[in-house]
Amino acid sequence: MPEIRVTPLGAGQDVGRSCILVSIGGKNIMLDCGMHMGYNDDRRFPDFSYITQNGRLTEFLDCVIISHFHLDHCGALPYMSEMVGYDGPIYMTHPTKAICPILLEDFRKITVDKKGETNFFTSQMIKDCMKKVVPLNLHQTVQVDEELEIKAYYAGHVLGAAMVQIKVGSESVVYTGDYNMTPDRHLGAAWIDKCRPDLLISESTYATTIRDSKRCRERDFLKKVHETVERGGKVLIPVFALGRAQELCILLETFWERMNLKAPIYFSTGLTEKANHYYKLFITWTNQKIRKTFVQRNMFEFKHIKAFDRSYADNPGPMVVFATPGMLHAGQSLLIFKKWAGNEKNMVIMPGYCVQGTVGHKILNGQKKLEMEGRATLDVKLQVEYMSFSAHADAKGIMQLIRMAEPRNMLLVHGEAKKMEFLKDKIEQEFSISCYMPANGETTSIVTNPSVPVDISLNLLKREMALGGPLPDAKRPRTMHGTLIMKDDSLRLVSPEQALKELGLSEHQLRFTCRVLLHDPHSDTDTLGRIYTHLKSVLKSYSIQHVSDGTVIVESIVIKVTSSAEEPNLKVILLSWSYQDEELGSFLSTLLKKGLPS
Amino acid sequence: MAAHLKKRVYEEFSKVSQQVTLEEVPAKKLRLTKPSKSAALHIDLCKASSPTDALQHLLNFARKPVEAESVEGVVRILLEHYYKESDNSVRLKIASLLGLLSKTQGFSPDCVVDDAINTLNSEKSNQVLAQLLDTLLIIGSQLPDKIAVIQRLIDVACKHLSSTYFGVRNKCLQLLGCLGTVDKPLSKETDTGPGAQTSPVRDVQSVISDFFQDQDPRVRTAAIKAMLQLHERGMKIQQTIYNQACKLLSDDYEQVRSAAVQMVWVLSQLYPESIVPIPSSNEEIRLVDDSFGKICHMVSDGSWVVRVQAAKLLGSMHQVSPHFLEQTLDKKLMSDLRRKRTAHERAKELYASGEFSSGRRWADDAPKEKVDTSGVNLIDSGACGAFVHGLEDEMYEVRISAVEALCSLAQSSPSFAEKCLDFLVDMFNDEIEEVRLQSIHVLRQISTHITLREDQLDTVLAVLEDSSRDIREALHELLCYTNVSTKDCIQLALVELLKNLTKYPTDRNSVWKCLKFLGARHPTLVLPIVPELLSTHPYFDTPEPDMDDPAYIAVLVLVFNAAKSCPTMPALFSDHTFRHYAYLRDSLSHLVPHLRLPGRKQTAGSGLEVSGVGSGSLESAQNFLQDSLIRVSALHNLETPGAQDLLEFTIRDLQRLGELQTELAGSADFCATYLHCQLLLTKALQEKLWTMAVPLCLKQNAKVSTAARQILDETYKLEFLYSGLETQQIATIHNVRLQAKALQLILTARSKQGVDRVLGVCEKFLQDVESFQRLFMIELPHFQDSFVEKLLELMPRLTACKPLDLVKILQTTLRQSRFIHLKLPEQIHRASATIIEPTGESDNPLKFTSGLVVALDIDATLEHVQDPQTTVKVQVLYPDGQSHIIHPKPGDFRTPGPGRVRLITQVYLSHSAWTEACQIEVRLLLAYSSSSSKQSVSKPAWNESMDGLPSSESCIEGTIHLSKPVKVFIMPKPTRR
Repeated sequence: MPEIRVTPLGAGQDVGRSCILVSIGGKNIMLDCGMHMGYNDDRRFPDFSYITQNGRLTEFLDCVIISHFHLDHCGALPYMSEMVGYDGPIYMTHPTKAICPILLEDFRKITVDKKGETNFFTSQMIKDCMKKVVPLNLHQTVQVDEELEIKAYYAGHVLGAAMVQIKVGSESVVYTGDYNMTPDRHLGAAWIDKCRPDLLISESTYATTIRDSKRCRERDFLKKVHETVERGGKVLIPVFALGRAQELCILLETFWERMNLKAPIYFSTGLTEKANHYYKLFITWTNQKIRKTFVQRNMFEFKHIKAFDRSYADNPGPMVVFATPGMLHAGQSLLIFKKWAGNEKNMVIMPGYCVQGTVGHKILNGQKKLEMEGRATLDVKLQVEYMSFSAHADAKGIMQLIRMAEPRNMLLVHGEAKKMEFLKDKIEQEFSISCYMPANGETTSIVTNPSVPVDISLNLLKREMALGGPLPDAKRPRTMHGTLIMKDDSLRLVSPEQALKELGLSEHQLRFTCRVLLHDPHSDTDTLGRIYTHLKSVLKSYSIQHVSDGTVIVESIVIKVTSSAEEPNLKVILLSWSYQDEELGSFLSTLLKKGLPS
Repeated sequence: MAAHLKKRVYEEFSKVSQQVTLEEVPAKKLRLTKPSKSAALHIDLCKASSPTDALQHLLNFARKPVEAESVEGVVRILLEHYYKESDNSVRLKIASLLGLLSKTQGFSPDCVVDDAINTLNSEKSNQVLAQLLDTLLIIGSQLPDKIAVIQRLIDVACKHLSSTYFGVRNKCLQLLGCLGTVDKPLSKETDTGPGAQTSPVRDVQSVISDFFQDQDPRVRTAAIKAMLQLHERGMKIQQTIYNQACKLLSDDYEQVRSAAVQMVWVLSQLYPESIVPIPSSNEEIRLVDDSFGKICHMVSDGSWVVRVQAAKLLGSMHQVSPHFLEQTLDKKLMSDLRRKRTAHERAKELYASGEFSSGRRWADDAPKEKVDTSGVNLIDSGACGAFVHGLEDEMYEVRISAVEALCSLAQSSPSFAEKCLDFLVDMFNDEIEEVRLQSIHVLRQISTHITLREDQLDTVLAVLEDSSRDIREALHELLCYTNVSTKDCIQLALVELLKNLTKYPTDRNSVWKCLKFLGARHPTLVLPIVPELLSTHPYFDTPEPDMDDPAYIAVLVLVFNAAKSCPTMPALFSDHTFRHYAYLRDSLSHLVPHLRLPGRKQTAGSGLEVSGVGSGSLESAQNFLQDSLIRVSALHNLETPGAQDLLEFTIRDLQRLGELQTELAGSADFCATYLHCQLLLTKALQEKLWTMAVPLCLKQNAKVSTAARQILDETYKLEFLYSGLETQQIATIHNVRLQAKALQLILTARSKQGVDRVLGVCEKFLQDVESFQRLFMIELPHFQDSFVEKLLELMPRLTACKPLDLVKILQTTLRQSRFIHLKLPEQIHRASATIIEPTGESDNPLKFTSGLVVALDIDATLEHVQDPQTTVKVQVLYPDGQSHIIHPKPGDFRTPGPGRVRLITQVYLSHSAWTEACQIEVRLLLAYSSSSSKQSVSKPAWNESMDGLPSSESCIEGTIHLSKPVKVFIMPKPTRR
């Protein structure tokens, strides 16, 4: 049986380092090629030696697909393509292709320049790697080679995030990457058609969560910011440069616009400006509102949000500042935080999760005195708020996607094992499909039942149609006779005659003969006559002929009567029928065995 | 060359046969007679050398209308060519032409049925077949009562249902849907028994429902649509197809799902109470609940078209049980397998526990109890959270429909209204303004059922700072109708409204109005905060606030309105408050009610009178109105002495009544105006000039002719300014108008000498009389002894006689005719408009450079104006007499309430330089055209082109002043060089 094999090299029962190998119909595909945030050693990148111990990966992989630009989905790409060695095509969407190198470069800078690591990929390698990228459009079917085709669907999550359908023949796999089923301020919801893949590989970050409506969170956020600004306080929002930051910017920008507020909003510069530029360009990837209004005004051309300068932090009066990094552990956000922490009118809003040990984590847990380097302590008087804005599908969203795509099998990645377990049970219970959750390095095989396409000759089809009812009835299967020719990798169903002709064979006839002994006192011809009348009365709808040379012919069945030499009353009836009329022939023989009516 | 020749032939044919039809003189309509039309077509088609040519001819032919009597001939010719034609596209066009022709008014297509059916038998091309079936459908729908024909058509359709081409099957299903009732009549009584149903022909419904499983999605859609069509035509759909329809909800194709949702909804409305089993368990539920659950499921469909439809339909399922209804707002939250409370629940709890502010700590929404894993149902079977999804949808169309559906359901269920409140309030923060606006409107509509909690009010009030004026005004409107729970809420609302006032001073009126209602609604809540509001102190005198401060006025409006139903409140007022009351009561009487103030006798006395009129006197006023009308109707001849006095008094009375009783203002004004017309007419007829010699009466003439013109103007006002008129009243008005026109005619005849001129006027007048007859044929019995009736009697004579005789006849009829009494219709409203902005009080001229434009903001309310988008114009009158009429954009009209329209627009002004600032006048006009009154302009029968058909009536267009003019000071400065 054909099967699809899936081996996660990363993200199997884990979050981070997404890298999944899929073998389908003899093709090998790598889905995502990410790095792990939690490690600084070799475990940072997927273990490519699983694919091959030595040498390049090119001959083992048919293509690599990157779902979106987050580093845990594309961080290992230059390493794989340039340092391990891969020259095949890498597929990603246009926005991903545009933004990915910015992030990779940033990542490289931090690791090499700041941490001083050696043996890391260089800027040139990033450039070389990006040259191998083939861009994808939404809903565009791309032929990787003659058999393998891929198609991207919108996934929400971040700009340019895509779900990919991989198809070989009639077998198909859908990989979701990270996706979001509820729209947000700048992106729409993920959507897929009812493609019924053999396997759906889905992320499951929030496998055990059902989230509250986004509106409440947004409203809370805006209310807090608004109140602080009205009080004359300053608001610090530590963010990571891409993704959520843009959402929050749009949120604040539209709010400022709506409410006619005047307080300045700043964004600490850096790669954000470059990224914003791309957000402006890829309007088609955003949500309905932005797409509809960009003719009047591109929402990413912020009116109220200006670039931040270090000196602004000391300006009097209210202001809102977005600053990187998001966990307040270093950089500009920490600098500003130190300046503003002493005033209770100010506020800091943490829009995401903070790792243990960072300043962000400490203040979220209510610590009021922070120890700074150089034995100085910092009193935290400003208000600390937490506001979660994440863009992954929750349990309900995942179920909704399954309902949309109707897969035959499910495979969960990118989540914690315990949470996956719960979701797996639910999926199996509610959709009654099998669900898998392999760990890293563990291979899952899924047996598929691919349909084999057969060309049927038109003549044969028409003939069959003429025989049966007027329309093929979807509810009832129909049988038909034909000859299956397997030749040069193609399957054809043709009529027997044509098959014979094509193959240059002559037709053989297979006939069955059978003798039936019958006690009958009449003469041979009379017996035959009686058989004729008997059959005529029994088989009304068949053509029965009494031929003058002493035979009765029913369709293709020949009946002859001879009397045996010894006993004149014992008549031997000779039946002969062709293979095709087997049914009728055996019926006749049993009928005649019962004897003739007197 | 050939083309030229053909043109010639065609021209000749049409030339010979041109005939001027007699009935419609002004239009001079040309009519082609039968032989020419069909013959020309015949020749064209015969000459056509190629199929493209023939097609071109047919297309040209289709652009011109064909008269009913020549249709049959044309059809014959077309059919003849149909059989000869070998090209599919030409045959297709012929088939479609046959359909179009059978739609011609006055043509009964039963004579072509046979031929059309015959063509089907020999047709090979599927596309043409489909078109022919379409033609048959048209023919069938033209002959709804010919049972035999319809039966034949249905048989034909059933026969072709087995076609392999989807288009043919589609058309057959459509035909069955539109025509198929015969096999199974609607009423069960006609069935003779069970035996009757087992006839060889199966009933239409089961035939159609067989195609629910068709392999082609288009055919499946057509089948469902056909079924819906049957339902629309009043045929009872059987419940048996419910299961099939439900299965189609999970079809792969969106158009099928979309149609299936409708089908399920129709069934749920037909059989709400029947019981259906729940699959995979042996429980049973009501069908309406089951289908509600299924439609709810479709709110999270993959296609937004289906989602919109599902959300819309949910709103109309009022029979659903409350248990299911409330599930739609249910969303169990969970975090790491622990049950989590929603933000709404938390807000409610916080409110209940008395704690203010939320979200100070991280993880204050931390999940508490552990969720039983087996109990969590992730996929919503049924209604669970349908609206939660709908309101969070990506497409705003879905969100708007969900909001509307919520509104409709909440209006019928108070408990649901209470529940959906949180969600609606959340929608105030939607990113799209339309959705925000819609949800504010919806909340207003259901506000009778609900009381806002403090935290909810807080969210609502936050929207007051919105920069969009529409949003703010909608919110003010909402606050007018809202109930709040505590005095803090009142204070909160007041503070926010005052903030709004300082931020957007233009909202002044709206904010005051809002506070008026807020105060009147919650007197007991206002009472405890009065000292604080008026900043009074038990011992010390506080400084007197500035009376011109809009914020202070706002507070006073709130307090005074609350004091109206709270007699203890005035005791808390300080002296200056009373003074201010007197001032405000005078200057803003619509906002400040009458108060019974201790020690203020003089105001109290006059107040009592007014309040006495206010409440119980509507009925008596109505009686008074009736009485005056009856009194007037007792007059038969207005020339009797005293009659005119009576009329004058009645007019005065009515006008006064209209001022006093606003409910009857429309009717009273209407009657007064009508009587005024009569009075004018009588007076004019009594003038001596009729007996005078022609040359002497020039001076008198002027007086009478102004009277005539005035009557004409008044009749237009009567006809177009008042809404709610019945045909009879309009006919009466027209009668008066005819009288006025007759008067004018007589005057012209007497003052002008040339016969030619009079001739033209006479013709015009006769046309008017004719059109009256056409329009008001049925009303004629009411016009005994009237001017019109007499005229119509004399009509044959009139048309024949000379102008001068005509004038004489008119003169006598005018004097003899009886005065027609007005029968008062039920509800008459006078259209009116007030310009709120500009106020006309500003002394600062609007300065701009001459030759350039300046935009003037106009804000006006219109009441009882029908179709304001097309009729209301803005007129700008410059001091030099120049007048501009500006048509506001349709988008500038908003409808805040029934019968009320708000016009907010900008008018562009420009002029050459002036030496000093001067005032211009701005006013609103109501445009009318006499042809647009009750007559429907007959449209060309069967195709789109209008050429050769001028509008039937030369319409009189004009304008009526709708509002008082407002003066605006402007100053165009000369350009500096």
